[in-house]
Amino acid sequence: MITIFFVASLLITITMALSLYRAVAGPGVFNRVAAVNIIGTKTIVLLVVMGYYFERPYFFDIALLYAMINFIGTLVFAKYIERGEL
Amino acid sequence: MIIVHVVVTALLGTGVFFAMVGSIGLLRFPDFYTRLHATGKCDTLGAGLVILGAMVYHFFQYPETLLVPAKLAFLILFIFIANPTATHAIMKAAYKTGVEPWRLGEERR
Amino acid sequence: MRKGEKWFGLLFTFCVMAVFWVLLSGIFDAFHLISGLVCCAIVAIISRDLLVNGKSENKLLKSLRLIMYIPWELWQIVLANIDVAYRVLHPKMPIDPLIIEFETILRGELSLLTLANSITLTPGTITLLVEPERGKFWVHAIAKEPAHALLVDQTMQRKVAHVFMET
Repeated sequence: MITIFFVASLLITITMALSLYRAVAGPGVFNRVAAVNIIGTKTIVLLVVMGYYFERPYFFDIALLYAMINFIGTLVFAKYIERGEL
Repeated sequence: MIIVHVVVTALLGTGVFFAMVGSIGLLRFPDFYTRLHATGKCDTLGAGLVILGAMVYHFFQYPETLLVPAKLAFLILFIFIANPTATHAIMKAAYKTGVEPWRLGEERR
Repeated sequence: MRKGEKWFGLLFTFCVMAVFWVLLSGIFDAFHLISGLVCCAIVAIISRDLLVNGKSENKLLKSLRLIMYIPWELWQIVLANIDVAYRVLHPKMPIDPLIIEFETILRGELSLLTLANSITLTPGTITLLVEPERGKFWVHAIAKEPAHALLVDQTMQRKVAHVFMET
């Protein structure tokens, strides 16, 4: 049963690597911000899945906080680009 | 118990499939706005399904701690509110700074 | 009425903070619970008009209708994902993006937020820009059919207007 979580975490890592290509190569700053936001969402999922695989319940607290930091970071980045200042 | 395993496997598989589709769309679509179409939708449902699968697994594997499924439910709720808002914020910034949307027949960028 | 608004905001903020405290701490002895609740009360008194502001009636009925609206929204999200998966995995990529604009009769902040997030999560459309004074939306659609569904059918606008009673 626990193998399913291992396979899922492996596949999520592969999707993160695919998104990382767009973050490195993508033309313009907006493609990069979008790709970083997507990688953050996938990191939350990866933390939850790995919390079950390694049986560490503390990972879920980190996932909860990372979700908020990711959201606020994306909002701040969008505002900064839009106005040119904070 | 076998039914729970099947349900958890189906939820995790569907969630990972949608996450994969979101990443492929991020690579394949021609411009910024259409790429956000792929990621803003598929990532939200993919993350929600994977966390829902983990929740179902927790209910039957460790039924004595109910605090963790509550945490995961809160996480799903937060993702479903926050992810479209973040997508909308990036899109608004791009539209206001004058990124031209791609039309049919143009070159991809 | 004004006083009732204030107390509702205070109580709502306090409940959200308390739920968050209990979720993150996970310890249920007297010291941790009391210290957490005192902190929640202080934060709620300082920032009570952050989550709830503006005046509106029938909050209970609106919340009930919002909960009734969520299953339809979840079904639309599933349809949207299947639509995007089809467009991504099709070898020829059947997309034809365009930007449309339309006006709605909605004015409240929460109803505009709900409609914008619903548009983003339903098949083929993403909200670009919202102008709250006139209730005007700019929407990026990935093909002709989703834009047609949003412009002509207007099922979603009617549903959200029904939820927040702004018909």
